[in-house]
Amino acid sequence: MAYSDKVIDHYNNPRNVGSMDKASSDVGTGLVGAPECGDVMKLQIKVNPETNVIEDAKFKTFGCGSAIASSSLATEWVKGKTIDEALSIKNTEIVKELALPPVKIHCSVLAEDAIRAAIGDWKKKQEATRPAEMQIQ
Amino acid sequence: MANADSKSSLIVPGEATERCWSCGTMRAQHFCNSCGKVQPAAPVDYFMFFGFPRKLDLDTAVLEKEFYALSRRLHPDVFAQAESVERAWSLEQSSMLNDAYRTLKDPIKRTEYLLRLEGVELEEQSKQATEKARATGELKKQVVPPDLLEEVFELNMHLEELRGQKELGEDDPALLEEIGKAKLSLEEKFDALFNELKAEWKKWDAAVDSGTEEQLAQIRDQMLDVLNRRNYIRNLVRDVNEALE
Ligand code: FES
Repeated sequence: MAYSDKVIDHYNNPRNVGSMDKASSDVGTGLVGAPECGDVMKLQIKVNPETNVIEDAKFKTFGCGSAIASSSLATEWVKGKTIDEALSIKNTEIVKELALPPVKIHCSVLAEDAIRAAIGDWKKKQEATRPAEMQIQ
Repeated sequence: MANADSKSSLIVPGEATERCWSCGTMRAQHFCNSCGKVQPAAPVDYFMFFGFPRKLDLDTAVLEKEFYALSRRLHPDVFAQAESVERAWSLEQSSMLNDAYRTLKDPIKRTEYLLRLEGVELEEQSKQATEKARATGELKKQVVPPDLLEEVFELNMHLEELRGQKELGEDDPALLEEIGKAKLSLEEKFDALFNELKAEWKKWDAAVDSGTEEQLAQIRDQMLDVLNRRNYIRNLVRDVNEALE
């Protein structure tokens, strides 16, 4: 199957590969897998607690070219967005941008899952710290 | 890497009460019982094609015997002098025979095929769960346990490290040992999953005879779960072997 130019570009020059400190309170980590093929993807976001803006994003994907491209694109897209804006990213937008064929849709689903999981993890961390602050008041 | 298992085409069961096109008696599946003429392929699923119930703990020796017997009877040489419509039908039957045999012979393909017949969309399960999460705003439940994902990810990191070292012509005995150990435990897991699947087959087959819809659905989900976990382990075993080569 032929990959689109955009997939090949992201595959050859993936943006934002790497990792951040999982334990840090402003970092959210999403580790997700695609049961269809057994591929895994980790996506991390660093969020400004004042503004809820995602300031940085990193990923590491062990999977097919489309999964790598989808996660690379996802990190580009979430950067500079607020948490709520990032939550509205849909896998279909990734499919469109990368011109993924139908058999590769699940790879884009993986990227959407990863964004949601990372945000979910970050939110959980915020909730865990907030009650403490409220007690002080 | 991508490993989209071949999608077997699904055939819906059709009218079971057709008559032989040639002599008009009630026909059997592949050949007329009365005049022996080949029949057009009936729209049946692969289990029905062989006259099997929709069960999973299949005796592959029986399957093989049936396959060879039918192959012989459907061989193009047999129809060299036949009417062209019969030649076409025998070809149609043969190609269905081959597909059915290939699917049912393989324990994993057989299970996947049955799940598809039962309405499970293997390729779509993740997408559906994501759409649900998006609609409800809830966190999507990953179809495999998080610690398995964690393990898969960690091992992949080690494999990458190993490949990097190889490129530089170095090697780190501690890393090699660690990966070697992981390989053993993965292979054990892989075998254990197959046994788990076989246990589900037995439950399924029993429930086909005397179970409720609910029980069948539950066993079906269980099989799906085993197959999903197996996909990850299968990839890892493959990647570990590649890296250790
Ligand atoms: S083939 Fe599985 S993520 Fe692309």
